[in-house]
Amino acid sequence: METNGMGFPILSTLIFLPVAGAVLLLLIPRSKEALIKAVALCVSILAFVISLPLFTAFNKATHAMQFVERQAWIPAWNITYFLGLDGISILFVLLSTLVTILSILISWESIKNKIKEFYISILILEGAMIGVFCALDFFLFYIFWEAMLIPMYLLIGVWGGPNRVYAAIKFFLYTLVGSVLMLVGIIVLYFHAGRTFDILDLATRTYPYQMQLWLFWAFFAAFAVKVPMFPVHTWLPDAHTEAPTAGSVILAAVLIKMGAYGFLRFSMPLFPEAARAMTPVMLTLSVIAIIYGAVICLAQTDLKRLIAYSSVSHMGFVTLGIFALNTQGLEGGILQMINHGIVTGALFLSVGVIYDRTHTRQIADYGGVASVMPVYSSLFIVFTLASIGLPSTNGFIGEFLILLGGFTANQLAGVLAATGIIIGAGYMLWLYQRVFFMETNAKVTGLADVNMRELVTLLPMVILVFWIGIYPDTFLGFMHESVRHLIERVNTGGAPGASAIAKTVTEILQ
Amino acid sequence: MNYYLLIPFLPLAAFLINILFGKSLLKENAHWVAILAVAGSWVISVATLIDVTGGKTLNQDLYTWVSSGGFKASVGFLIDPLTAVMLIVVTTCSTLIHIYSTGYMHGDNGYYRFFSYLSLFTFCMLMLVMANNFLQLYFGWEGVGLCSYFLIGYYFNKKSASDAGKKAFIVNRFGDFGFGIGIFMIFLTFGNIYYEPVFSQAGAFATKTVNFLGYDVHLMTLIALLLFCGSIGKSAQMPLHVWLPDAMEGPTPVSALIHAATMVTAGVFLVARCSPIFSLSETALMVVALTGAITSLFAATIGLVQNDLKRIIAYSTVSQLGYMFLACGVGAYTAGVFHLYTHAFFKALLFLCAGSVMHAMSGELDIQKMGGLKKHMPVTYATMLIASFSIAGVPGLAGFFSKDEILWLAYSGPSPVGKFVWLIGTFVAFLTAFYSFRLIFLTFHGTFRGTHEQEHHLHESPKSMTIPLMLLCIGAIASGWVGIPPLLHGGAHFTEFMKPVLGHPEGHGTHAEEWMVMAISVAVGLSGIGLAWFMYVKRRDIPVKLAEQFSGFHKILFNKYYVDELYSLIIVRPTIWIAKNVLIGVTDARIIEAIVNGVPAAIGGFSRQLRKVQTGFLHHYAIIMAAGALIIMGLMLMRSW
Amino acid sequence: MVPLNWYLMLSAAVFSIGVFGFLTRRNIIIMFMSVELMLNAVNISLVAFSHYLQDLRGQVLVFFIVTVAAAEAAIGLAIIIALFRNKATAHVDDMNEMKG
Repeated sequence: METNGMGFPILSTLIFLPVAGAVLLLLIPRSKEALIKAVALCVSILAFVISLPLFTAFNKATHAMQFVERQAWIPAWNITYFLGLDGISILFVLLSTLVTILSILISWESIKNKIKEFYISILILEGAMIGVFCALDFFLFYIFWEAMLIPMYLLIGVWGGPNRVYAAIKFFLYTLVGSVLMLVGIIVLYFHAGRTFDILDLATRTYPYQMQLWLFWAFFAAFAVKVPMFPVHTWLPDAHTEAPTAGSVILAAVLIKMGAYGFLRFSMPLFPEAARAMTPVMLTLSVIAIIYGAVICLAQTDLKRLIAYSSVSHMGFVTLGIFALNTQGLEGGILQMINHGIVTGALFLSVGVIYDRTHTRQIADYGGVASVMPVYSSLFIVFTLASIGLPSTNGFIGEFLILLGGFTANQLAGVLAATGIIIGAGYMLWLYQRVFFMETNAKVTGLADVNMRELVTLLPMVILVFWIGIYPDTFLGFMHESVRHLIERVNTGGAPGASAIAKTVTEILQ
Repeated sequence: MNYYLLIPFLPLAAFLINILFGKSLLKENAHWVAILAVAGSWVISVATLIDVTGGKTLNQDLYTWVSSGGFKASVGFLIDPLTAVMLIVVTTCSTLIHIYSTGYMHGDNGYYRFFSYLSLFTFCMLMLVMANNFLQLYFGWEGVGLCSYFLIGYYFNKKSASDAGKKAFIVNRFGDFGFGIGIFMIFLTFGNIYYEPVFSQAGAFATKTVNFLGYDVHLMTLIALLLFCGSIGKSAQMPLHVWLPDAMEGPTPVSALIHAATMVTAGVFLVARCSPIFSLSETALMVVALTGAITSLFAATIGLVQNDLKRIIAYSTVSQLGYMFLACGVGAYTAGVFHLYTHAFFKALLFLCAGSVMHAMSGELDIQKMGGLKKHMPVTYATMLIASFSIAGVPGLAGFFSKDEILWLAYSGPSPVGKFVWLIGTFVAFLTAFYSFRLIFLTFHGTFRGTHEQEHHLHESPKSMTIPLMLLCIGAIASGWVGIPPLLHGGAHFTEFMKPVLGHPEGHGTHAEEWMVMAISVAVGLSGIGLAWFMYVKRRDIPVKLAEQFSGFHKILFNKYYVDELYSLIIVRPTIWIAKNVLIGVTDARIIEAIVNGVPAAIGGFSRQLRKVQTGFLHHYAIIMAAGALIIMGLMLMRSW
Repeated sequence: MVPLNWYLMLSAAVFSIGVFGFLTRRNIIIMFMSVELMLNAVNISLVAFSHYLQDLRGQVLVFFIVTVAAAEAAIGLAIIIALFRNKATAHVDDMNEMKG
């Protein structure tokens, strides 16, 4: 076992603490609802507190994996229990632990049946999510990747809206089809590389170009569905719309980040040549997603569905940045993943707040909420503005870097993607107007403003929105080294003489 | 650290205090925090101006805002003559309008909210003018846009107000789209987005062409025009002018501060700031000049027939902004900025007077329902009259000097379109004088045409409102005196002060020509006033007859050339139609979902057929089993042979 | 000494009768008896081979089969009785609950 410099296996603790919490919940009689909630909350807070040292102890000067834990697991197949974090994944672990707390808080009163199972699902989901980001062994990764599906499937299918079963099955099948192709890819890699599942090891080898292409698309199937990229996005609106608030929040904040994370961790370092060759396709799909998702938002009448489609658009920005294959694009892309998690997560939290009061998601049922719930409206406008990328909010930093990177890589892609920002302002402000401005709708008169619990839920997101917007260096600093390393790999990996697309913008200039 | 930094951060602090504690603690006293902060900024700004006149400049980074790979942008401050002038304009107007607002907004239940937005606006505007790099400029740019959105939609329960706010923001986004790409191009060209290195290296790229979206274009023209897109949006130039008249839904102090004196002039500021880039491209300058000229004409003609008090002034603002661009476009950046500076005073004054009138008229805006107000509100009348004289270019007042400077430099400057825009500018000067005095005469002269109830209510506004009016009035009179041209034995101090930053083209003309240009501009101004007096005081029947005679043209003008309707028809509605009927209706529902739901359905259908083999009859299974056994036996026998 | 082939032919004949009976008859009891016939046909050949090869393992296997057949008969008959009680018939065509 290698040491991680923390004195205890921090990543394993993070993964299995929530699972242990779930087991603990199992032991509590179902009648003690308050206790169940309290335990779930405490476990999630504990996990968050434990994850904080990652933030402070991380060494930003290296791209190497940190907090590494490694132990033989199934030696016969050369499977190891191998965990570690680098600048790309670390922030997602923190995001996961934070978002879990918020989802538990937001569900405090809105979940009324099968409380015990609900919190068990959330905690297990948390463990699996963290596992996905930490795993450095393909076998282990795949286990976490699939394990994540089940609690999410239950969250949508059991605690969701009227059409929940359809949405849950759709979500499950969509993702499963993708993952199975990835599994095939993993097995091919395993045998080709001489029986190893070690991701870091695999990412230093060279594969035949033809094989890279096939594997790239196999992995693409899994990741594109998760992102979701056009045209495999249609599960997302249904899943978001039907899922309970907590489900939507986790889905938006963490789950759909795994697709983009997969591109960064696997597709690009494993198949650098294929990634370079497929850049035009990826950029095209990203731009389509940006504009397509944004335009569709203009015609939505359902709050959650609108935000879901806006996610398609925003994730289009992320993939655009990633496949711009330059420093600005990649860093912007990673930061935008975090941003999107914060902002869209917060938007879903906010929608949950008002849904708890009105039980309707139809935009037409609202109007004039700003005069009834002023504090709530102020919080919502912050997230709205972050979503449309106003400078000084986090959305701006991400989108700006992405567009800069995208524009450098391909002018047309950059220009077209920038139109998404115009449309983005259009649909978000229109949404805000229809819900919060104009005459007060009879259905919202007399609603109580946010209570303490809801305020505590939303406040961390507000702080993060401005923190990243005003001083993004705290977060970008984590990425610099890892991104540099990744770009190096994408640039130089594969056969010599291959065209070098990826470089930083300044290199292009000189 | 430098005390200059307090200039933007005082209002920011006021904003934070008001937004967090305004509702619970400060309530009716919210204005104190805001006013103290902005007055503090004003004091420091004046000190700054004095320092800058003494030759001091500053270019300092506060901290690195964004850094990624080779890209770096910081929160940093540049103080030079241009900034110093803008600081004075912004903080002076802002302070006076803050004070005015205490009277105007008195008793409004969003009092603290109003003042916090004003503070936030002031902060953003100051960040904009003090920026030392393009990204921070963009921050301020979008920030003021946001405040404008909040303040236009201040009465958010009104649909029209919230519509107008949204419209302003989105229309501006169209401009910012180009602006943003302009910043990308600057970074790709210079590897840097700080003013200082960019402007100093710009000359090296003067003849370079670049491939942009498949076309080879002149690099500097491209960058300049992209940046100018932002200006078009922010300064409400054609074709993105549509938001500004609607923005009058906001409270009047907002119209004065944001939509007349400061924010909308940011576009002019941008062009002036980037003058080293613009100057390298004749095409770009020509586009700027023509855009300005056409917009000023276009807006002035609309202004002739409107009846909404604030909208007339709004169109006048659009028109005057066009004037400033006209100046920049002929290379006379100093004249543009000079006009920006004088305009801030008299236009803010006009708006505040309009607010005072509204206050007296209980919110009525239709000038056809006013009349004879001068005896009820003498201070308002006097100040508004002076402001109108100033905008009409009556000699001696602020507007005269700046307008004359622009017209002279257009006439005499090297620009190929100079003479043409001078002609338009002169004609617009006539129109401006006409509609400004149409407003004055209809509002203050004649007999009152509103209801009795309104007439009974007429009163002069409180001191908190009239004192700022009088102070601004001083500006409307005297602010031009710093730029009296040598022809009139002035020192042209303003031009000299700005020269190091903006340069200054020398007019190529004789004194006689200069006298002629001046005389013509004065003459058209006075004749505009005279015509207005004739039509709206002397012979009140003429306007009605004219409107009947040219009813088609009148209708087009009255409906603002149907630009809003056009946009709705070609942009807004098709987009939503496509979203509903193509993307949701066809692509998502009929194509993608058809596949997604179709594959499982096909599998289900196939298995439904296959299931029929499972008959449930034991003997069927038995026969199949026996047959299977026989086949296997047969195969084995065959192999053994 | 009876030759081995005779035993085998007997076994084959009994097995064929069993198969034929199983396939053609509809009464579940008779089908059940046919299955028993098939089992015993196998037993005959096992015993025959065992004797022929002088290897006791074949006989041991037969004992196993007899035991299993006994158990099977007991359970099978019990199922048939249960079915008969429910359906009041021993005709297999009436028992098509498993139809797809």
